[in-house]
Amino acid sequence: MAVHAGSEADQVAAALAGAAGRHFARPAAIERLKRESGGASRQTWSFDALVDGKRHGLILRRDPPTTAKAGAGSSTALDRATEFRVLAAAHKGGVRAPLVLFELTPQDGLGEGFVMQRVDGTAIARKLLRDPPYETARTMIAGQLGEILARIHAVDLGDLPPLVHREAADHIAGMRRALDALSQPQPVFELALSWLDRRRPPPSAKPLLVHGDYRTGNYLADEGGVTAILDWEGAHLGDPVEDLGWLCVKSWRFGAVDKPAGGFGSREELWRAYERAGGATVDPARAHWWEVFGTVRWGIICHQQAWRHLSGAVKSMELASIGRRAVETEVDLLQLLKEKA
Amino acid sequence: MAQDRPTASELLAAIADLLREEVTPVLDKADPRLAFQMRVAANSLAILEREARLGPAADARERGRLVMLLGHDGSLDDLNRELARQLRSGERDERDAALMTHLEATIADKIAIANPKWR
Repeated sequence: MAVHAGSEADQVAAALAGAAGRHFARPAAIERLKRESGGASRQTWSFDALVDGKRHGLILRRDPPTTAKAGAGSSTALDRATEFRVLAAAHKGGVRAPLVLFELTPQDGLGEGFVMQRVDGTAIARKLLRDPPYETARTMIAGQLGEILARIHAVDLGDLPPLVHREAADHIAGMRRALDALSQPQPVFELALSWLDRRRPPPSAKPLLVHGDYRTGNYLADEGGVTAILDWEGAHLGDPVEDLGWLCVKSWRFGAVDKPAGGFGSREELWRAYERAGGATVDPARAHWWEVFGTVRWGIICHQQAWRHLSGAVKSMELASIGRRAVETEVDLLQLLKEKA
Repeated sequence: MAQDRPTASELLAAIADLLREEVTPVLDKADPRLAFQMRVAANSLAILEREARLGPAADARERGRLVMLLGHDGSLDDLNRELARQLRSGERDERDAALMTHLEATIADKIAIANPKWR
């Protein structure tokens, strides 16, 4: 994958110089360009643009031209143009999200994508949960995540691009379709989906912006706590409690199992902070439903990740190995179903 | 005919130890991204080592329970397919104690191979 990294970086740097020059209306020099993450498609690059002696720390999000339409992840993920508009709306609504600056054009030759301001902090859960510099931050993150989520759910729908509307029933149907596409029968996931189906919450009175992947690993934090919410490509309209449930899925505690709120606090701490910041009163039963659903969802995503390798779409030992993580969520599901059976 | 020792489990353990103890530290300095991949690979080999040791008996136990639960013989895959169908249609659910005992035992055996430290 990294064989032509040098030449790819040169091409990206040259194209970014042109695009950044257009945005700033001044010549821009590109420095410290570095690939942050991502596979062959949906890449994140970090770079500095030097404009009139001023250094701008920036991030490029792009789907390279050859893979832009290849369907890298789930078919429900946002394209870059929609993600750009969602980020802009969130930022306008006071959400701690990166400020988006400009979109790429076809003439840039970089594929679909956009450039946003770089925000300080790390997304690496292991560091945030265990390293000394984050000791104070650890006491604040659960509350901050509640506050920020209330802001996300208050984003003006009029500012948003068209987004798919998904309620509980749509999610269950989607998960069953996903199971049918896998090669092995999955009794525990079937049991959990039927359990969920029988206890399905009614559609939300007023569908709101749902982040869709609100969890530890998908935000940046520094010594003062959360600095920016990332990974908006799962954004949709729906039940806001979905985000609260997903954040508490055990897999996102990264070993801090007794702190359900992303590894940093209790559910109640999260919910009270959310309510204080203007979020609707949290119904514990509804939150539990979404936590069970989120656990099923992550288990099935594990299988889908492995399937990307098994189907031959990408060759990746790392993706293949994720298939063996699905059973972690089966353990959690049997536990969750016993608690509230 | 049985293979000579090392057994599959013994050989996999030896490879996993080599990668973890000798290869990964070198890669940490030379290529952190590849070092991460090597950790994943070493961890996967540890899973395979446990599977070689524990898998056959676990599969036999699972099939035995499924035969009892469903009331007829079949391959492990066919029996699980039938159980999955029953669970989707609601023919069985979590109130079925025999079902839950079976699933608990099956998942306990699976996690003992995939990630015994999970809790």
